Amino acid sequence: MKPGSVAIVGAAESTQLGLVPQLSQIQLHADAALNALADCGLTPKDIDGLACAAEWPTELAHYLGITPTWVDGTMVGGCSFWLHVRHASAAIAAGLCSTVLITHGESGRSWVGTQATSINQSSLAGQFELPYGVLGAPTMFTVPVLRYMKEYGLTHEQLANVAVVQRQWAARNPRASQRDPITVEDVLNSRIIAWPFHILECCLVTDGGGALVLTSAERAADFPTRPVYVLGTGESVETPMISQMQDFTSSRAFRVSGAKAFAEAGLRHADVDHLMLYDAFAHLPIYGLEDLGFVGKGEAGAFIWEGHTAPGGKLPVNTNGGGLSYMHSGMYGMYALQESVRQLRGTAPAQVPGAEISVCHGVGGMFGASGTVVLGNQRP
Amino acid sequence: MSINPKTLPRPTPETRHFWEGARRGELLLQQCESCAKVYFPPRPFCPECASRNVRVIRASGRAILYSYVINHRLPKWIDAPYAIAVVELEEGPRMMTNIVDTPQTPEALVLDMPLEVVFEPVTADISLPKFRPARGGAR
Repeated sequence: MKPGSVAIVGAAESTQLGLVPQLSQIQLHADAALNALADCGLTPKDIDGLACAAEWPTELAHYLGITPTWVDGTMVGGCSFWLHVRHASAAIAAGLCSTVLITHGESGRSWVGTQATSINQSSLAGQFELPYGVLGAPTMFTVPVLRYMKEYGLTHEQLANVAVVQRQWAARNPRASQRDPITVEDVLNSRIIAWPFHILECCLVTDGGGALVLTSAERAADFPTRPVYVLGTGESVETPMISQMQDFTSSRAFRVSGAKAFAEAGLRHADVDHLMLYDAFAHLPIYGLEDLGFVGKGEAGAFIWEGHTAPGGKLPVNTNGGGLSYMHSGMYGMYALQESVRQLRGTAPAQVPGAEISVCHGVGGMFGASGTVVLGNQRP
Repeated sequence: MSINPKTLPRPTPETRHFWEGARRGELLLQQCESCAKVYFPPRPFCPECASRNVRVIRASGRAILYSYVINHRLPKWIDAPYAIAVVELEEGPRMMTNIVDTPQTPEALVLDMPLEVVFEPVTADISLPKFRPARGGAR
């Protein structure tokens, strides 16, 4: 696909984020969708392509009154929305539809209108991981980190510092759930969840939603919003079992997805003004920085420690505060995409001055899947 | 460590041999007859070259501690923090497990320490392979 042939013209989060027990999960999708449509002056009748995860497109189409000619229900965890952006861009470029709505909503904290999912006991993960006392993401996603620490000398303080820096960004975002400054000592003294991880190195659990509207770059000029162009995209999957990840110090899905997105965009790392790296846990920005090639192997902990990703640093990362401090509904990816769009529109609360290129990168499952989107506010 | 029935493995036709081996006290892997790849978890074809010409082999039971976390957020059926570990078997594949017969602390659990398999019977049909610090007792 030619870089910049599709643009994001509508983007919004749900009216409220955090604790939203008055809305069910599908209404969080709808609330965000209506906000994103209002953002670009459309109604559900103008939408002919629909993508969502955690709810079937059938549910959303019926609920919102959409008659799509293209749907995508790809569900690979919290990075599903990057894949939706990628698939939607290809669909628009191929003429399968003209205006795509992508929605997310999750009652991750209040559990209203949603249902717990459990690991199938006859799947490979169910047979060969579940019996050993794994209890959700904090006990699985974290497992590779000690190996990384041993191989590359990452310290507990450097890991804790990831959360400290993201809190600095969150302090600049009025909608962030956690805004009070924290220190490395605060992180290391906080409750242990799954050693070596403390609660401040684990994501929040909140309610919320978000939605995007995409159309062709030609049509984008007719919208009231500043277009954010899709310059390059990538996606991949590796394994649903953390124990079977090929390399405990690097995600294959990150490397494949990232390389594809950079190649499609035809950009170099030095061109990137702003970076979002899905951070369900403190080690993810470290893996992300290295696997996407922003720093060399084993260098990310020191890179963050030196302040390069913090406010005023040369590579601003997770400027909304991330899943650690902004919000995390369970499938956080949509909020990372929203922040990239805000930065490129020039409307972010912690605005990076003159940001033109944003790379947004996500994870799904526990290093199970990945999506990368390179966005820009200048049409190539 | 007591076990919740909702976390017990449910063998499938492709994995039954593994669980039958575990019940006999044998750790079973598979090896491709075409490319010699040794692999886990079980499936009736080689994940490397897709050959269906594969055989079941018995592992030595020797392994090293590859990585782990110590879970402090306990379910109601478990009373103390426990390690969720990944070991690297002598034959190459890695598997998730628990480390037994040793304190569940960072001081006692040192990466790359040698381990050996033991089998913990949890039901009449299911014995879980777990690992303990090596005493030279594995096959």
